[in-house]
Amino acid sequence: MSGDTVLQEHDAQRNPRHLILSHVDPWLLGLLLLTCAIGLATLYSATDGSRSMVIDQAERLVLGVVVMFTIAQIPPEWLRRIAPWLYGFALLLLVAVIALGYHSKGAQRWLVIGPLRFQPAELMKLGMPLAIAAFLHAKTLPPSVWTTLSSLVIIMVPVGLIAMQPDLGTAVLVLATGLLALYFGGLRWRWVLAATALILAAAPVIWLRLHDYQRERLLTFLNPGRDPLGAGYHITQSKIAIGSGGFWGKGWLLGTQAKLDFLPEAHTDFIFSVFAEEMGLIGVMVLLTLYLAIVARCMIIAMRAQDSFQRILAGSLGMTFFVYVFINVGMVVGLLPVVGVPLPLVSYGGTSMVSLLAGFGMLMAIHTHRKLLTN
Amino acid sequence: MSTFDDIKNLYEERLRFSRRAAIAGAVGLAMITVIALRLTQLQVVQHDYYSTRSDDNRMRVVPVAPVRGLIYDRNGVVLAQNLPSFDLVITRDAVPDLPATLAHLRTILPVTDEDLARFRERARTTPAYRPVPLLTNLSAENVARFEVNRYRYQGVDIQAGLVRSYPTGKYTSHVIGYVGGITAENLKQINPDQYAGLTQIGRAGVERSHEDALRGTPGTKIVEANAVGRPLRELGYKSGINGKSLYLTIDMRLQNVAEQALGELDGAVVALDPRNGEILALVSKPGFDPSLFVNGLSQANYEALLQDPDKPLYDRALQGLFAPGSTIKPFMGFAGLQAGTLTAKTTFYCPGYFTLPNSSRHFRDWKRTGHGTVDLQHGIQESCDVFFYNTAYQLGIARIDEYLAPFGFGQLTGVDLPGERAGLMPNPDWVAKNRHHAWYPGETLNTGIGQGIWKVTPMQLAAATARVAMHGLGFAPHIVRAVGDPGNGKLAVVPPTPLPAIEETQPGNWKQIIDGMQAVAQKVHGTAWRIGRDAPYPIAAKTGSAQVVGLAQGAASQRDQVDVPLKYRDNALFIAFAPADDPKIVVAVVAEHGVHGGSAAAPVAREVMDMYLLGHIVYGQPDAKTSSQPTVAPADAGEAN
Repeated sequence: MSGDTVLQEHDAQRNPRHLILSHVDPWLLGLLLLTCAIGLATLYSATDGSRSMVIDQAERLVLGVVVMFTIAQIPPEWLRRIAPWLYGFALLLLVAVIALGYHSKGAQRWLVIGPLRFQPAELMKLGMPLAIAAFLHAKTLPPSVWTTLSSLVIIMVPVGLIAMQPDLGTAVLVLATGLLALYFGGLRWRWVLAATALILAAAPVIWLRLHDYQRERLLTFLNPGRDPLGAGYHITQSKIAIGSGGFWGKGWLLGTQAKLDFLPEAHTDFIFSVFAEEMGLIGVMVLLTLYLAIVARCMIIAMRAQDSFQRILAGSLGMTFFVYVFINVGMVVGLLPVVGVPLPLVSYGGTSMVSLLAGFGMLMAIHTHRKLLTN
Repeated sequence: MSTFDDIKNLYEERLRFSRRAAIAGAVGLAMITVIALRLTQLQVVQHDYYSTRSDDNRMRVVPVAPVRGLIYDRNGVVLAQNLPSFDLVITRDAVPDLPATLAHLRTILPVTDEDLARFRERARTTPAYRPVPLLTNLSAENVARFEVNRYRYQGVDIQAGLVRSYPTGKYTSHVIGYVGGITAENLKQINPDQYAGLTQIGRAGVERSHEDALRGTPGTKIVEANAVGRPLRELGYKSGINGKSLYLTIDMRLQNVAEQALGELDGAVVALDPRNGEILALVSKPGFDPSLFVNGLSQANYEALLQDPDKPLYDRALQGLFAPGSTIKPFMGFAGLQAGTLTAKTTFYCPGYFTLPNSSRHFRDWKRTGHGTVDLQHGIQESCDVFFYNTAYQLGIARIDEYLAPFGFGQLTGVDLPGERAGLMPNPDWVAKNRHHAWYPGETLNTGIGQGIWKVTPMQLAAATARVAMHGLGFAPHIVRAVGDPGNGKLAVVPPTPLPAIEETQPGNWKQIIDGMQAVAQKVHGTAWRIGRDAPYPIAAKTGSAQVVGLAQGAASQRDQVDVPLKYRDNALFIAFAPADDPKIVVAVVAEHGVHGGSAAAPVAREVMDMYLLGHIVYGQPDAKTSSQPTVAPADAGEAN
């Protein structure tokens, strides 16, 4: 951009003593911490008062916040430049995990490097929107047919690798991130409509033509580690937990479904059910409002962003976060099939928390490194 | 590319992005609205349904077993009680290594292979979180031995429970019966709700016949359980009702006296209060140890009981079928009086035998030389067979049945105990149906002296004698005197059940018979003079003996059958009531292979009556004023047929 000369660093007007905090978006930080606090309280209940697991999760939260603050300091241009390298590195790790990954619950997802143990797929959750945003930034928008097809290749290769692990949940999320980036990049509506129409038309037809046991098998095939005894039991118990919570809820720590072990995966994928049982519809609405507020703040940041890369990145990260919430809640209330997607910021789990907060760090970087056009 | 183009481009891109963001936001809001509607459906519309499902998930109704009622005798002596017992139980899902634990337990406690087999069998049908007993009724020493080593055995505990115990043991084994494990057979008949939490059921005797009263009603406990069913805490409690205690009509003193007085002989003793039908003693000897059954009888023990030649499991008092022999004679005399074929003045000449008209066959009297001219009183007193051959002959079998049926022969007495048998009263229909021949006139004669196909139980004999004692009034024999309510401790007395009275057709019929029976015990030639002569109260009685096998007449008439093997010797029978003028107790005794009612069975009855009427035994005591007289009247020699 040749307009750089008339632009000034936003930072220049800020107090250097608060240099680090000056790159933090207080709205986003406040909403995230509030949600995480609810998450920790719910985790305490879901694990039947396990302090060690709550402390474990809090440590990850602290680590995530440190990562978020660190990334927030990075100027977005740098992010754009490292995007292809990060994507390539994540792709390499995905290949590695297929080759020599650590088995957990019958699926290869983990890579152990010394004391570190993490899921490369989580890295791809960040690598994907960065790569698409950087790729589209260099092209004339809206993207041409060639650009669109190239983007689809960038998206589908890692999605395929993740699905091979197999980890359907993460694959869906990475796919969503990539497609959302393409959408915000200005993907032609005819493509969007054609793809949407194709999916909407084909999915139910295929789905309905399957027998129950075939559907069950399909889900089990796509995601074997998650649901060995049939999706029915999980979903039934989850619905009992949510429904029995009623409008006001049973009260914090007073839920019985998780405490008495009826609800499986209560501290991970089904933690929303625990929250709904104890806090009721009123609590659920508060939590969903918090999530919507986070997404809204992300979209505001995206709309105020100053170039395509930043907009696409911010927009796709924000809407992906929404998709996380939608898929998880849709699953536990029985609207979507059981796929392994945790509830963001609330479910127990390490890399998911860190990668999410790293993403929000990028959003903060985008928002706080804006350059003013005049003065 | 000019700056203007850049800026224009920038605005265009931003505008396009904003539109897309708005569309994405709208779609997102629509999606979240679907979620919100779904949550409202679950948490508001279907809340009641899911709330119930949640409670069903976590709440378990656990039965609380009632405590079985105690059984006492009429004086408050405990006959059945519940004692604390210590069982070694294993909760399998709490044991880290079950085979190792079992192997190690065997080194400190006497665990047999049978115990292990039973444990495995029970474990197979019990959830792993529920304790399964390995050893029951541990001794204090073994409890201590385990407690010292307890830290080694995770998941193994000592559990205190109650075990049924019978302090009077074999002396009351047939009356009280026993409890045992509920069998598959029982399960088909019982209401499982009434047995919730219970593992035992009354299997014999009072334990069986009064099971409903003794058992009580199970309570329930509502517990919160987790997904695998392990109870975590108690949410509610509905107490059950403990079983009722029973106060029996049995007098344990009489029970013991009867048992001891029978001495070496097997037999049965039934004592009744004729005024209300209360059973004062009910002895079948030998008895057995009822506690063997409580914890599950081993096959070896069961075989031993079945193989025992004395048949200890056989309740002679209610199920034993004996020919009444001469004890039937007072009833036969009464039938003659009722029918009018006899009067007080009727006499028959007894030459030592009887012949039917147009027949040369001799029906012998037990006394070969004959009794001479005999009236009713002497006929009973000396047990003259010929007198009753005549009586029976004149009555005929139809009238015998008609006048004796009201005494209950051939019918159940209706006693409130299980397993009673009806016996058989001779009648032509039964013979035609089962023996396939017409009634012989000779059978009428045998019926007249209580032989032939006659079969009575000792209980029946006692109940019939009570009728005589009460001049025809009757009460159904019963074993439970009062029922104690576990809640308020109140006693509900069981009222006597009157039976239709037997009315005499001529005034004095009853007195004739009772005078005859008194003569048996109180006249020098009476067959029970031995026990009546020194009695401080008047006794009315009748002796009897009955063939066990059809010995040749010659052998049977051997006086004491000393050369006959014990198992072929005649059964000795005896019926009596006292005081004869104001009857308070009726006794019927059968002494198996005792030969003579007067010598083998009568003393048993006398001791029982002494104990009941006097509180101690006078009979046979050296300081009793007439007991030292060695010689007994010749009539004591007994009778046979």
